[in-house]
Amino acid sequence: MEALDYREPQAKVLHGAQGDWEIVIGMEVHAQVLSKSKLFSGASTAFGAEPNTNVSLVDAAMPGMLPVINDFCVEQAVRAGLGLNARINLRSVFDRKNYFYPDLPQGYQISQFKHPIVGEGEVLVDMEPGVARKVRIERIHLEQDAGKSIHDMDPSLSFVDLNRTGVALMEIVSRPDIRGPEEAAEYVRKLRQILRYLGACDGNMQEGSLRADVNVSVCKPGDYERFRETGDFSVLGTRCEIKNMNSMRFIQQAIDYEARRQIAILEDGGSVDQETRLYDPNKGETRSMRSKEEAHDYRYFPDPDLLPLEIDEAYVARVRDSLPELPDAKKKRFVEAYGMTEYDASVLTAEHENAAFFEAVAEGRDGKTAANWVINELFGRLNKEGHSIDESPVSAQQLGGVIDLVSSDAISGKGGKDVLDLLWSEEKGADPAELVERKGMKQVSDTGAIEAAVDEVIAANPDKVAQAQEKPSLAGWFVGQVMKATGGKANPKAVNQIVREKLGV
Amino acid sequence: MSDLTRLTIAEARAKLRAREITSVELTEACLAAVDAADALNAVSAKTPQKAREMAAAADARLSAEGEGAPSLCGIPLGIKDLFCTEGVASQAASNILEGFRPPYESTVTARLWERGAVMVGKLNMDEFAMGSSNETSCYGPAVNPWRAKGSNRDLTPGGSSGGSASAVAAELCLGATGTDTGGSIRQPAAFTGIVGVKPTYGRCSRFGIVAFASSLDQAGPMAKTVRDAAIMLEGMAGFDPKDSTSADLAVPDFEAALTGDIRGKTIGIPKEYRMEGMPAEIDALWDRGAQMLRDAGAKTVEISLPHTKYALPAYYVIAPAEASSNLARYDGVRFGHRAKLGAGDAIVDLYEKSRAEGFGPEVQRRVMIGAYVLSAGYYDAYYLRAQKVRTLIKRDFEQAFETVDAILTPATPSAAFGIGEMADADPVAMYLNDVFTVTVNLAGLPGAAVPTGVDSSGLPLGLQIIGKPWGEAEMLDIAYALERSAGFTARPDRWW
Repeated sequence: MEALDYREPQAKVLHGAQGDWEIVIGMEVHAQVLSKSKLFSGASTAFGAEPNTNVSLVDAAMPGMLPVINDFCVEQAVRAGLGLNARINLRSVFDRKNYFYPDLPQGYQISQFKHPIVGEGEVLVDMEPGVARKVRIERIHLEQDAGKSIHDMDPSLSFVDLNRTGVALMEIVSRPDIRGPEEAAEYVRKLRQILRYLGACDGNMQEGSLRADVNVSVCKPGDYERFRETGDFSVLGTRCEIKNMNSMRFIQQAIDYEARRQIAILEDGGSVDQETRLYDPNKGETRSMRSKEEAHDYRYFPDPDLLPLEIDEAYVARVRDSLPELPDAKKKRFVEAYGMTEYDASVLTAEHENAAFFEAVAEGRDGKTAANWVINELFGRLNKEGHSIDESPVSAQQLGGVIDLVSSDAISGKGGKDVLDLLWSEEKGADPAELVERKGMKQVSDTGAIEAAVDEVIAANPDKVAQAQEKPSLAGWFVGQVMKATGGKANPKAVNQIVREKLGV
Repeated sequence: MSDLTRLTIAEARAKLRAREITSVELTEACLAAVDAADALNAVSAKTPQKAREMAAAADARLSAEGEGAPSLCGIPLGIKDLFCTEGVASQAASNILEGFRPPYESTVTARLWERGAVMVGKLNMDEFAMGSSNETSCYGPAVNPWRAKGSNRDLTPGGSSGGSASAVAAELCLGATGTDTGGSIRQPAAFTGIVGVKPTYGRCSRFGIVAFASSLDQAGPMAKTVRDAAIMLEGMAGFDPKDSTSADLAVPDFEAALTGDIRGKTIGIPKEYRMEGMPAEIDALWDRGAQMLRDAGAKTVEISLPHTKYALPAYYVIAPAEASSNLARYDGVRFGHRAKLGAGDAIVDLYEKSRAEGFGPEVQRRVMIGAYVLSAGYYDAYYLRAQKVRTLIKRDFEQAFETVDAILTPATPSAAFGIGEMADADPVAMYLNDVFTVTVNLAGLPGAAVPTGVDSSGLPLGLQIIGKPWGEAEMLDIAYALERSAGFTARPDRWW
């Protein structure tokens, strides 16, 4: 894998009344495919439309209607698979998962059960610089989303909105390789980052574009290693599935609560029931939704309305060629090519738009300097105002111009920040060099002029001179006075040097 | 009755193009015949106004285009109730689709209307195409225009396309659409002395046809002659991007393929179709049919289709399995029948009551069988095994077609039986009607039923020609040769 070297983190340990426990987590992440139309119909997927307006005859399961696969969605699933270093299955099969529910008009969900489009892959979950967890992906399959049932609008009636019915989801199933609540949240963050890089999913968790079902169990230290050696699930604890989580914070809270709940049961001599649970963020607890016994018999069978989905190597190769540089590779390249820290590289590559902006700034300039300006000055300002990079009032070209002015000593670092502030507000769109010229912000680097100013300050403050010669750190006071006297335009580096020369410190 | 209804499609086409008759005249004749045939209960929804409008439009087109007008321009047809027709009752003969008028048109009917065909009405059938006697219909059974000599007993026209068969045999329309999942075109065609063609799976679009068993369902024509069936099939067939199982293949000129010259063809006679307890008349008919083909210059050879005996049980696992899922959408929520709920009833009660009230007993039986064979723990033993059988049956045919051009079998194990005659019988007795036809559906092949003779009581009997995949043209040519040799010209007496 094209990634920086790393070591695996320690599994999270919870201290029970009777000893230590570890957590084992596997996740099923449902990522909505970023497509204009649904998986098997031409209806729009636009978020926020009036209820039941994005519904085709197929979505409403009218008699005689038939599904037709959306090729774009297939391509996105293949992209996601390649992005997760996974095997692409050239032949996959859509199955029907049968159950009755008002927001499922067909009476079945079309999904992929036995033969998913994507097989085994892996994701590197970054925990901190140099530390990452490799999480194995079991499979990715394509399936239809269900509609929405609304139970709280009327005391006796339920309402159904079919807008989401049939929207394409990729279900990304991990192996139980996640070993703590923080890792779980970081795993989702990493998946989201990769999917956003690929353009396969917008990752918008508030709108439900990315949701996770979390399987949690607890075990004694050493059990997990035995499981990895033998593949025997029975050495692990009984798991509970927490459904439909759409916030990283809630995922962490729910896992923490659920693990402690299971530990309490086990330490009390009880046993954990395999069941599906829901997390209530208001109460901060999980509660039972349905037990294993109540689980549906979904009567899966291949959907006879759809032929097996067949793609060929050439198709996969074409998709592979169209992939962008992915986060791990980009981060590695940033560290190696620009000499920046892994931390800075992580920050810059969090979103591919950010990375692209940085690279535009760094083009023909010192990478580390560019990284500092982008991270500290640009991102700092954007974060304060809650803007994303594409809303930045200052372009990469402008920021590059500011850096050039600082590097050439035309302005000081402080002056550069002032210029950036101006470009941010009343001087939007201005050319930095022209602005500095126009506003007379250029710093004075003329040694003669600075020497004159230094001489003046020294002459006026003989007592301070004596003090400074005793205690060289007081030289800074002279520098400040000179800067003040020159209206902040003197080159601080030059001032510092001349002050020290003249004071003989 | 006007003699116009007696015309074949090919004859009417010539007269229409020559402007000897108008489509309006022809259509009025059919509408009158429909009105006079209520006793047959073949028509579930009459559409006279639509028919007259379509006929007038067809006449305008015939005047403008003359000999260049499509073959079906101005031809009155009946449409099985399983096809969704825009704004016209389309209920699959089920109470659960009570009052359902689709806002869309099936691809097959849309293609017919594009070619200028005229709809005289929707035709009776077994509920959701599940049945072999038209007795499971919510409209009550359609009646066969044929009666046994010296008997007044009402006979079944077969099923599920019983209304289509009855309507064509009684000359209420010049042709009709049917659908065939396990024999639902060919068995009723044989029972009523007409031609019924089930095309290769994927030849006709299933879009807009109420689904019974998606991997088996196929629309096809029911007509008075092989030529008419060829003309209709050409109008119905063709690739449809809205049906993923529809084949992207050009539609041949089926009518042009009707040469009747089958010299040098090899016809397989499968020994496994000679079943124990088969009426001697059927056996004799089959032998006569083989002789007719030999007389026309073909060679007949005995072949073996060794897995035939497993076909019926496999079919009655696969078809109900798919049906149980396909019929889940009839839940009383969005369209069709919704049960009145009592206080405290929840969503499950809505489902259970609506479906219990809306589905008849045969549909309920098949939904339950289907849910059972797909359920955890039984899937492998039933559904998966049935699929394996299906593969073997397909292979049987593939091997047979290495040496033969077509296969000749009986179409049905008997002539038409009496309505109500099977009421107390085991459901399996009714399922046995499909014994010669289901193999064709399981293998996805084309099959045609051709009237070949009458039994001792004067009731029609048919033989089946099974063709190679996508080999409808050749199959129809052989059927045409058989039709010419058989010279079946008998018609039912008009007692209705």
